[in-house]
Amino acid sequence: MRSFKRAGAEAVALVIATAVFLVPFSFMLLTAVKDDVQSADLDFAWPANWPVVQNFVEVVQARDYVLLRAYLNSTILTVTSVALIVVAAAMAAFVLQRRAGRISAVANFLVLSGLIIPPAIVPTIWLLQAIGLFKTMPGLILVEVAFGLAYAVLLFKAFIAAIPRELDQAAMMDGCGGFTLFFRVIFPLLRPVTITVILTSSVAVFNDFVNPLYFLPGDENATVQVTLYNFQSQYSTQWNLLFMDIVLITIPPLLAFVFFNRKIVAGMTAGAIKG
Amino acid sequence: MKSSPPMLKTAAAVLAIAVLASCGTSGDDEPAAGGSVTLSFLTGSDQSTVDTSKALADAFMKANPDIKIEIENQPGGSEGDNIIKTRLSTGEMSDVFWYNSGSLLQALNPTQTMVDLTGDPVLADVQPDYLPVVSQGGKAFGVPATTLAGGGILYNRKVYERLGLQVPKTWDEFMANNEKIKAANITPVITTFKDTWTSQLFVLSDFYNVQAAAPTFAADYTAGKAKFATTPAAIGGFQHLADVHAKDYVNKGFGSAVLDQGLKMLIEGTGAHYPMLTTLLPAQLATYPQTATDVGFFGLPGDDAAKHGATVWEPAALYIAKTTEHLDAAKKFLAFVASPAGTDAVTAAVRPSGPYRIKGSKLPEDALQVAKDLQVYIDQSATAPALEFLSPIKGPSLEQITVAVGSGLTPPAEGAAQYDQDVEKQAKQLGLAGW
Amino acid sequence: MTRQAESRTGPGPARAGRHGRRPGKTGSPYPYALYLPAAVVYLLIFLVPTVMAFYFALTRWTLFDSTFVGLDNFRDFLAEQNLRVGFQNTLFYAVVTSGLKVVLGLGLGVLLTSRMRLRGFLRAVVFFPVLVSTVAVGITFSALLRPDTGLVNKALAVVGISGPDWLGDATTALLSVALVDVWKGVGLATVIYIAGILSIPQQYYHAVAVDGGTAWHRFRHVTLPLSWPATYSVIILSFIGGLRSFDLIWTMTRGGPGFTSDVIASIIYKQYQAGFFGLSTAGNVLLFLVVTALVVPLNYFLGKRQVAP
Repeated sequence: MRSFKRAGAEAVALVIATAVFLVPFSFMLLTAVKDDVQSADLDFAWPANWPVVQNFVEVVQARDYVLLRAYLNSTILTVTSVALIVVAAAMAAFVLQRRAGRISAVANFLVLSGLIIPPAIVPTIWLLQAIGLFKTMPGLILVEVAFGLAYAVLLFKAFIAAIPRELDQAAMMDGCGGFTLFFRVIFPLLRPVTITVILTSSVAVFNDFVNPLYFLPGDENATVQVTLYNFQSQYSTQWNLLFMDIVLITIPPLLAFVFFNRKIVAGMTAGAIKG
Repeated sequence: MKSSPPMLKTAAAVLAIAVLASCGTSGDDEPAAGGSVTLSFLTGSDQSTVDTSKALADAFMKANPDIKIEIENQPGGSEGDNIIKTRLSTGEMSDVFWYNSGSLLQALNPTQTMVDLTGDPVLADVQPDYLPVVSQGGKAFGVPATTLAGGGILYNRKVYERLGLQVPKTWDEFMANNEKIKAANITPVITTFKDTWTSQLFVLSDFYNVQAAAPTFAADYTAGKAKFATTPAAIGGFQHLADVHAKDYVNKGFGSAVLDQGLKMLIEGTGAHYPMLTTLLPAQLATYPQTATDVGFFGLPGDDAAKHGATVWEPAALYIAKTTEHLDAAKKFLAFVASPAGTDAVTAAVRPSGPYRIKGSKLPEDALQVAKDLQVYIDQSATAPALEFLSPIKGPSLEQITVAVGSGLTPPAEGAAQYDQDVEKQAKQLGLAGW
Repeated sequence: MTRQAESRTGPGPARAGRHGRRPGKTGSPYPYALYLPAAVVYLLIFLVPTVMAFYFALTRWTLFDSTFVGLDNFRDFLAEQNLRVGFQNTLFYAVVTSGLKVVLGLGLGVLLTSRMRLRGFLRAVVFFPVLVSTVAVGITFSALLRPDTGLVNKALAVVGISGPDWLGDATTALLSVALVDVWKGVGLATVIYIAGILSIPQQYYHAVAVDGGTAWHRFRHVTLPLSWPATYSVIILSFIGGLRSFDLIWTMTRGGPGFTSDVIASIIYKQYQAGFFGLSTAGNVLLFLVVTALVVPLNYFLGKRQVAP
């Protein structure tokens, strides 16, 4: 009886999820495989022709294979920025949560400010020019890290609050210093939220198109989001190619998510929540 | 614990690779074999701009094998404006770039940021009456990159033929046509307010009529003396928007319709009139070859049939950034663009939707119908440039205001008054005298 | 000894902090040096340019040159015709989006940490919209919400309801965009909740199980209170996000029809697009003040509840 009810609930969840989340997705897929004319209707009609391969090839070849270069650039940018964000933010959040005082009060305010204040593009360019990092990948990485820190610190801080201080003391008794305490004891415990931060920050960096446009311009340095402009402009849009591009640049991060999701599940079975 | 030090190591390694990679890209400046130079050329990303730029660059490189042109694309619209401003002000502009002429150019501070071409042989073939729209303080900075465009009503000639309609010369005739078109179950006036900029055409292309009624309007408006709300002829455009909405001549779902849909309706004849620019048509030819013959153009009708004419948009231009290190090559390229050989190269790639601004360039036989219609107005000297080519001031919120008026949310007089306020803000931000 | 006392009493007075800085044998358990990497990048790349920008709020700035105009920009921005509507819309948008994200994120988080067979699949499905670029989401939903051919109205027509022009009608535009924002953002709230629920030690559930508690008991007395870090993060992040948000509004309605779905951030963005850089910076300063005035008390209030289990 109970398992019957459960199966029913699962079916309902599945149907709702399909309707709400997969219908828009199927719209994107359908548009991506339509021909030029039909895709301009932007409706849910079944494709009259299926130029799947042709659309795919056209998108990949556009602007001298810019999409492939963009993949490489986006991967380098995302992996590096997110690694730096995770480590720097977790360290900062730890002290911020544990240690009260004037410095932490200021830091707290700065974290909120970082969430609230929109970045100032032109002064940032001046600054990067001054330190010789404008139009370089390290410069763009620093920008992404700086703009992404506040979000990550806030998340880490909230979850560190749930880790009992007794642990710190126990570790100190064992003769751990501050750094060893953090890296050996605290950071491993932050695994669920670390994965969450990795996910959210990766999405933010990977999906960012404003910063690459300003801080690392040029076809050579394009990131995946910038490639959307190949097919879209103020006056005319090749909808089928635009959506093929959207599908192509969304699938790799989706696969990455599925991978990380396994990690979360793995973390779960270690703790085995009873359902 | 186990995860953190390797993670740090990976980060460091990736960073190192990133540094190397970026050194690689910045180091690949042209080897300068045999004194050849590479010009960077920043252009827009919509189809006809891309095609035009590519045609120009390819033809030029064929004629000048020692100069290589690398095209860089960027988004159009206001996001593009800001990228260009940012790059110019931080000294990172490409050698040559494509940008609007008229009021938008003024915001780029050309005297500070671009190479002065006044009196240079580069301009030899440019029609002299074009130069004011690429000038600041009496100095000229650009050459026309494309064709003149008509702004007014694009109409479906098949629909006109079938219903036996005449091209209207007055607003009343236009509305009478709309009534008959509506009776035939065709959308009289295609309206696409999701692409907000398309809503401005009733107001902007009415300028020929404004000028006919108030010849000094442009100068007075720039000086802050003439206002839209207090100039009867200037309210006309707002009134037209409201009339068309009040009579329900617009398509269903006009609030969420987009340009592409509008053009499709027009070309396929499910809509009869579309207030629009002629430049939007060539990009449709690939999909709808009948665009060339089925779509015609007439100027926005005013009150007086004897004073009928059309408002025109001057072509965008190519400019040279002051920071260029290849001035001679850049000038050579611009001189080519502003020559009959250059316009021939463009014609081969994009069928012109209006006449060129280059001496000696002729409209080809197979030019679009709208280009021929526009040429008639030019031959009769019945054209006026849009206000944005005569005055540096164009309020940024016009498109929202015209959507509100055209959706019946704001009365026309109030819309005109709102626009005057918007204009005042713009003038103040430009630091103009008299505001 | 002092150090141990400090860590036991938790957030102590400033005095404790100063003690910690003194060079000692082991140093504080929470050395300020851990701040260093984040602080350097943040101060240099974010804070310095921000302070520079704030100066430009006092100037008429074309990017090429700037003229000092005092507080004129602030006066002009406050005189902006649609600021009032924009302010109301901003609050409405932030409350609706963050409220729904908390409720739906918690619900999905509980569902997706339970032992259901399609858990992995559903997680991927819920998280998918987060990955899709805003532009794509905007185009897709603009198509789905079309008055005539859109799927939403077609579905409504089946049950005999004639749906409105969702995005083209002044009364429904903002709400429609807010719901799409929730669709796009609920995946983030969900993964934060999943992390929150997974961080709850098992003993608490065992304790409830021993007491013979129902599923509702488990949720009410363990999951809900102990996933507080997640709730706190989701509220703060999505509320600030909602107050600042305009990219989806911009792609879907451009603040329209007319000015009816404008929010403060989109008004600022329009100034920026128009090239009024000083004016838009002044708008940003004002928005910063407004958001701070709303968020700091909220943060304080929520932070008080934030206790370790």
